[in-house]
Order: sequence, then C-alpha cells, then structure tokens
Amino acid sequence: MNEMTTIGRTTTLKDWETDQEVRWCPGCGDYAILKAVQRTMPEIGTAPENTVFISGIGCSSRFPYYMETYGFHTIHGRAPAFATGLKLANPNLDVWIVTGDGDGLSIGGNHTMHLIRRNLDCQIMLFNNEIYGLTKGQYSPTSRVGTTSPSTPYGSIDRPAQPAAFALGAGARFVARGFDVSKKLPEVLKAAHAHKGAAFIEIFQNCIVYNKDVFEDFAAPKGAEDRQLWLENGEPMLYAKGTKGIALDAEALHLKTVDVVDGDWQAAGVIVHDVTNRSVAHMLVEMRFGEFPMALGVLYDDPRPTFEADVWRQNAAAAEGKTADLQSLLKKGQTWTVVEGGPDL
Amino acid sequence: MATAVVDEADKRQSPLSDAVVVRFAGDSGDGMQLTGGQFTLSSALAGNDFATFPDFPAEIRAPQGTLFGVSAFQINFGSSAIDTAGDAPDVLVAMNPAALKTNVPQLKPGGLIIADEGEFNDRNLAKAKYDANPLDDGSLAKWQLLKLNISQLTMDAVKPFGLGNKEALRCKNMWTLGLALWMFDRDRQPLVDWLNGKFAKAPDLAAANIAALNAGHAYGETAELAGPLKQHHVDPAPVAPGLYRTLTGAEGIALGLVAGAQLAKLPMFFGGYPITPASAILHHLSRLKEYDVTTFQAEDEIAAICSAIGASYGGALGVTSSSGPGIALKGEAMGLAIMTELPLVIVNSQRGGPSTGLPTKTEQSDLYQAVYGRNGDAPMPVISARSPGDAFDCAIEAVRIAVQYMTPVMLLTDGYIANAAEPWAVPDLTTYEAFPVEFLTEVPDGGFKPYGRDDKLARPWVKPGTPGLLHRIGGIEKEVDTGHINYAPGNHQAMTDIRKDKIDGIKVPDQIVELGAEGGKLAVVGWGSTFGPIHQAVRRKRAESQDVSHVHIRHIWPLPANLGELLKSFDKVIVPEMNTGQLKTVLRDQYLVDAKPVNKVSGQPFTIAEIEAAIEEALK
Repeated sequence: MNEMTTIGRTTTLKDWETDQEVRWCPGCGDYAILKAVQRTMPEIGTAPENTVFISGIGCSSRFPYYMETYGFHTIHGRAPAFATGLKLANPNLDVWIVTGDGDGLSIGGNHTMHLIRRNLDCQIMLFNNEIYGLTKGQYSPTSRVGTTSPSTPYGSIDRPAQPAAFALGAGARFVARGFDVSKKLPEVLKAAHAHKGAAFIEIFQNCIVYNKDVFEDFAAPKGAEDRQLWLENGEPMLYAKGTKGIALDAEALHLKTVDVVDGDWQAAGVIVHDVTNRSVAHMLVEMRFGEFPMALGVLYDDPRPTFEADVWRQNAAAAEGKTADLQSLLKKGQTWTVVEGGPDL
Repeated sequence: MATAVVDEADKRQSPLSDAVVVRFAGDSGDGMQLTGGQFTLSSALAGNDFATFPDFPAEIRAPQGTLFGVSAFQINFGSSAIDTAGDAPDVLVAMNPAALKTNVPQLKPGGLIIADEGEFNDRNLAKAKYDANPLDDGSLAKWQLLKLNISQLTMDAVKPFGLGNKEALRCKNMWTLGLALWMFDRDRQPLVDWLNGKFAKAPDLAAANIAALNAGHAYGETAELAGPLKQHHVDPAPVAPGLYRTLTGAEGIALGLVAGAQLAKLPMFFGGYPITPASAILHHLSRLKEYDVTTFQAEDEIAAICSAIGASYGGALGVTSSSGPGIALKGEAMGLAIMTELPLVIVNSQRGGPSTGLPTKTEQSDLYQAVYGRNGDAPMPVISARSPGDAFDCAIEAVRIAVQYMTPVMLLTDGYIANAAEPWAVPDLTTYEAFPVEFLTEVPDGGFKPYGRDDKLARPWVKPGTPGLLHRIGGIEKEVDTGHINYAPGNHQAMTDIRKDKIDGIKVPDQIVELGAEGGKLAVVGWGSTFGPIHQAVRRKRAESQDVSHVHIRHIWPLPANLGELLKSFDKVIVPEMNTGQLKTVLRDQYLVDAKPVNKVSGQPFTIAEIEAAIEEALK
C-alpha cells in the first residue's frame, strides 16, 4: 500500500483495462484474477498513474500488459529486484509484483526471499498453479509428488515448496491466500494493499491446459463450506457452517479440528484468529489440506517499518548538515598544491 | 600515470637518476599495502610523480610465511613523468624468505635488497622452500644485500611501551617505512600526524608506531657510512601548477559517477554485490549520501543490476558494478535494458579469468564479453579507462551516453587501475558541460509514443507517476513507435535495425594519436591500463628515431569514426593487450587491417621493456 496514492477522483473497472488483447488460454484462472484486480483497484482508490505492475516471466507475468497503469514485464524470476530499485528510487509509487510458482519460487526464489526479508512496501501476487504453463507443462516447485509431466513422465519425485510457509519463514509480515474464482479475492487484495510493507498473497490458479482442476478438492463450489476455512481477524476459526472449528492441542502443540455443538465454539476450544499472532500463523501455513480445511484469507498481518522508508531515513540522516559540494569532495583527503617552480608543501 | 605535459622530445629516461622503483614485499599480515600507501603519500607530498602497483594474494589471511601469502606493493616515483609502476625494482624490501623468493627475480641487477634477517629462520626458510639461507650462501651476489634484524630492532624500539610480542612486531612495517623515508629524504611529520589520527583511541599504539618509525629513520642515519645504504634525493617532478591529490581507480570511478549524475541532474542509484576488485566502488559511494546517492547491496549480481534498471525506470541514474564473473550473471538483464532502452551504467573492473580466475590480479580479457557477450543482437556502448584519473572522465562520459541515448553503457577498468594510485590534478567541475535530462511529462504533439525517437534515435524517458503517459514495457519485442508486443517478422527486422543504428550513431570523439605522427611505419594500439607501458615504450623508441606512434582507444564501441582510416595510414599495427588478442579481433573485423597481437596474461601488467621488444620486432 501507499500513503501518497489516494486521489481526488474515482475510477471504474474500465479505467484499469488496457486496449491490449488478453492472450491467456480460454478458461484460464488468470482471467478471473485480472478481473478481480481491475475490480478492486477503484475500491482501493489509488491513481493508475501512481501504480506499477512488475512481473517476471511466465503466464502470470503477462499481467502488466492488461492493466492500464505503468507496467514492467521483466526477466525470469527477477521482478522483486526491479521492484526494489524502483521503490527505492520513488517510494511514492504503489508497486504490485505479479509472479508464479516457477518464477517466484524456483528461478526467482532468492529474490522473493530477500524482498520479503527486507520488507519492501509492495504487494506480491504469486499465482500458484503448480505447473510450468508457458513452457508447456513441466512440473514446478509446488507440484505435488508424483506429478506426471513432459519432464517427469514417471512422476515427480521432489517434495513441493509451500509458498505461504516459505514467505512466513522468510520473515513476511503479511501472508494471505485466495484463489482465482473466489468472490472473496478482492477483500484479500484490499487487505494486502492496506498493509504497509511486503504483502504476500498466494493465489491458487487453475491451469486448465496442463494442470486442470488441481485445486478442485477445496475450490469447487460444491462442499466448499466444509473444505475452506476463511480466516477473519477477531473471529473464531470456524468452517462447515459453524459446525467445525480449529483448536490447539495444548499437549501435542499442534492444531486440531474439533466439532462445535450448538454453536458453542468456546466450549470446543476454537481459536479466535489474531492476525498478529506469528506462532499461530506458522501453524496455519503448515496446516495440511485433507486432514484440515484449506486456510484462506489473511493468515498473518503485523506491519513493521519498511525497507525503502528506512533507506530514505538513513540517507536523509547521513546527509543532514552536509552540502553536496562535489568540488570540495574532489579536494578531500591529502592534497598538495604545485606552484610554478616546485611543490608547496 | 603522467601528470606532466608530455614532451615529444623527451630523451630516454634514466631511471636510476630521476626515478626509483621500490617494492615492499612481506607476509599478508605484515602491512605491506599500508606501508606502500603511506610511502606513496609521502612521495606525493615530496612533489614526485608516481605510479603504484599493489600486488596482493586472493587469500585474506594466507598461512604465515608461505609463498602464496606474499603481499607486495610497488611504487615508481620520480622527478619526471611517470607512466608505469616500473619494470624492475631498484630496491626490494623483503620482510621474510617467501617475500624474497617471489620478488627477487624481478630486481634490477645491482639493485638493493633490504631483508629482515630476523625472519630468516629455519621454519620460514622451509616454508619458502629454501634449502639454504639465501642471505648467507652467496646466491644473491648480483645484488647489493643489506641484512637487518628488523624484527629485533623494532622490538627494541617499542620496548618502553610495554606491548606484547605480537603487537610489538606489528610495528615492523613502520620501522621499515621510517628507513625508507630516510633513504629518500622524506619528511616524517605527515606520517606522525597520520598515526596519531589513526590510533587516536589508543595513544600507546600511536606512540609505539611513531617510535618504530623514528627508529627506522635513525637507523638509516647512523648506518649510512657502513654499507650499501645511501640516501637518495629525488627532486620534485615538473608538473603543471594546480591542486593535486592521490586517486585510485575506484575513487576515480565513484567520483566520476557522482559528477556524471550531477551533470545529468539525476539522483544516482547504485546496486552492487561484493566482488573483488569492484567492491571498493560500492564502498566509496555508500558514504556519499548527501550527493543524492542511494546504494543498495543486493542479494546477488543479478539483483544488483535489476534493481539498478528498476531505479532507472523510476527516473534515477541506475548504476551497477562488478567484475567478470558477476558481469556474466548480469548478461540477461543487460539485454532487458537494451530492449527497454533504459539508461544504465555497468562498471566492469576486470580481473584474470575465466571463471573465478585470478581475483586479485589484472587482465583485460572481458572485451569480447563487453562488446559481444549477450544473447541476440544486443549492441551496447563500451568505454575503457586508461588510468585512475581517466576513470573519472570516462565515468562522466558513460553517464552522458547512457542518458542521451537511452542505453546501458559498459565502462571497463581493471584490477590494476582499480587499486593503483596516481597523482591527480583536481579538475575544475565548471569546465564540464552539463547534460541535464529532460523527462517527458506530457503528451507531445502527434500523440505519445513510448518507442518514438528523437534525432539520436533515443526513445522518451517517462517516470512512472506521470499522468497521461501510462504505458507498459518489457523484454518481448516491441512494436515500432507504440512499444506494444509485436512478433511480426518485419517489425523485428525494423527494431533490430533501430537498436543497431542508435548505438552505431553515437557520437564519440575522433581518435587522436597520443604520441607520434598520424601515419607511418608502426602504430601501437592499446586500450585501458596498458597506456603507461605503451606510452613509455613508444617515447623511448621515438627518442631512438624510430617511426612509431601510440594510439590509445577509449571508445571500444562504437569505435571512433576516423579510426579505420587512421589505422590504414600505418604500414603495421600491433595491439598489446592483457588477453589473447581481443581488441585485435575487433579491429581486424571492423577495418580489415592486419593488426598483430602482443599478448600477456600473467596477471601482471606489461613492462616497458616488453613493449619495446614488440616494437623492435615489428619494425624489423
């Protein structure tokens, strides 16, 4: 988010659409995310000219071409580094990074980690489709064990990375989850934007060509109530229409699911979600779907000073009381004057 | 490097009379670089012209006494123009057997060895792989030998200060420096002042070091009558009047970049990642916040350049710096800067390669990488600095081209320039022409075209945050004018041609002849840090009435427009470079001239004698 971006005029969804033909496969989850973002921007109330979308390489990274803002489609995995330079050069810009599971966690995992660690003020939307789409379907660092793909005809062997856990481990102060067609995605985006600092959003995205419906087990509308836990700050962690909840097994020190009888969640020991509780956040990002519902919404949100603000502060403090007189800098150190006929010591 | 006006008729210099080469060599922990640096300063204060050559190992703390742990500092100072750190030392100060063994072969016959015999014990002799003590077995007969127990003399001098053995021996370098100051009739006071400042918080250490310095000096005075030690006064060099300071290449680049940013009226963003020998530039710039400089130590080389491009996109002057291996990592991002036509300065402090190569040794083997080393047709201007002072001007030139032509520019220096110091006449900044950047801030007549062009073929620079000029850029081929994604065959042809024409059309100054005539029997064509030895060698040969000229190229790409004609006006062209013939290849390719290579890749700079020999060979 950014303090300087509120504008006097209002915008509509149309103001955020470019005249460029959208080139994702028909039915791709990216369309829904694009619409959700374009729909959310007017509500956030920022100015298109102060907004910059920065992406790396991959299907998701075409995103900036479709946003009527400033946009930079960079190179594979490096969007966080470009964003860092841009934001340090001009902290007043509202910077959004668009990346994917390959771009952000494989080739660019290093930069994602350091951007989060430094807490650069920006929103990172990581579209996780658990596959390499643009290169035609190889397994990705988030693909489940056993994923068959052109490069793993006998199934993938390596264990997948967990984006939200990775982000939290890297020091993220904001971690959220949503999925492409979810009606609640705009609320997640708004919360991310409202957070001052690096806001990491894992967005499950359906690749209908190479990894179709891989998230259907929790994203399908039918039975969603039983499989999705939408977290709300200050609210008990309830799902299945309030008949189930998440509680802490105090002896084993891990989370467990509990049945809630007659709405008495307190009796069942259901935890009230506190977005600033880092310990619980660690447990939420590790909660395995199947045994548990999929934790969605804002898992963690506890801001602290941002990198670019600290850099500017230090620059200003170091420069205070000094004049930028380069000519005198050139003369600094041990100098000597040569006059006609020899040196003057 | 010379600061004096070059005199065409300069007769062959007599190094023994008006210039002296001293080499301090010791263990990594002996403080030889510091000794050399302070001796350099005293040379400057004495009005001598000088050039230095720090030669140190890649290991931070190599095991004591080993051959690979030897650290040396060579200085050539004199009363006339000095262009190189000198071929062969006149004086070698060897603090241990390993330092003697690795450095004595270069010493001039008849030269003076000052050896700390206290360190020539069995253990150190074995580490240096000496079967017998060279100080006693006559193997050093062709040189003058002065054996002193510097360790013991230092211990005696600092005894009153109650230091432990280890700390006391650390003062050895100051004792040695004191002796050297006496030998060359130098004032001790600046050193005393410096030591008092350095050890302000530990007055005991300051006093001990000063005592060691004074003891070394006094030793010279009292021992003068006894042996080969003689006091030698070197007169001040006749240099142009003005204010001077010492300048290393890293300082020259850092200050030049700041000056360039000021002339362009831009804030500077420097993204760097630590690498030898380029880190010093990051260190210098990170202390200059008041000059609107933001430095960012990135997580890796790639992030360093990408952050710099991001900053340029945001309207700052993006700069990144590295050495060969790091430059290789930055290659893809350079292509993006070329594609998105954003200004950027990339400094490459070259070192020995390939791979990790010789991190602390010098080489010029990244010219191909600079000119050709990217995927696709990716033309990029390349400028090379010849000396620390020249690096200042080259950095300004790199900034100018980057912002005026909206392009990344590579600035080449090398480990020799980066570390070496020379006297530098402080320039008057008001004599530099400003080139303030004008960002596009509103829709121009005829509509906004993100990839529209001015008369230099540069596209407009628009800062995000500017209303009405929203657009998207990226690495996919752009459509002519609009910058939209476009894969059409004709468009790629057109854009490739535009990118090439833009760089080819960069106006660079015509090539001059540094020394000698335009046209003749032989041109010695160099670039970068080989300037010194080439210049001296050509001067000597011309003094012998040989028809030879020195041409030194700053603009490696695009090359000066007159260079082809100039080279063809010579019967022969030789190209000395510290690689296997890279500029030679470019010149042959561009001009079909029969340029002959003269190569050296030992990690050491050319000596004047080597270039002289190449000239003689070519003129046969």
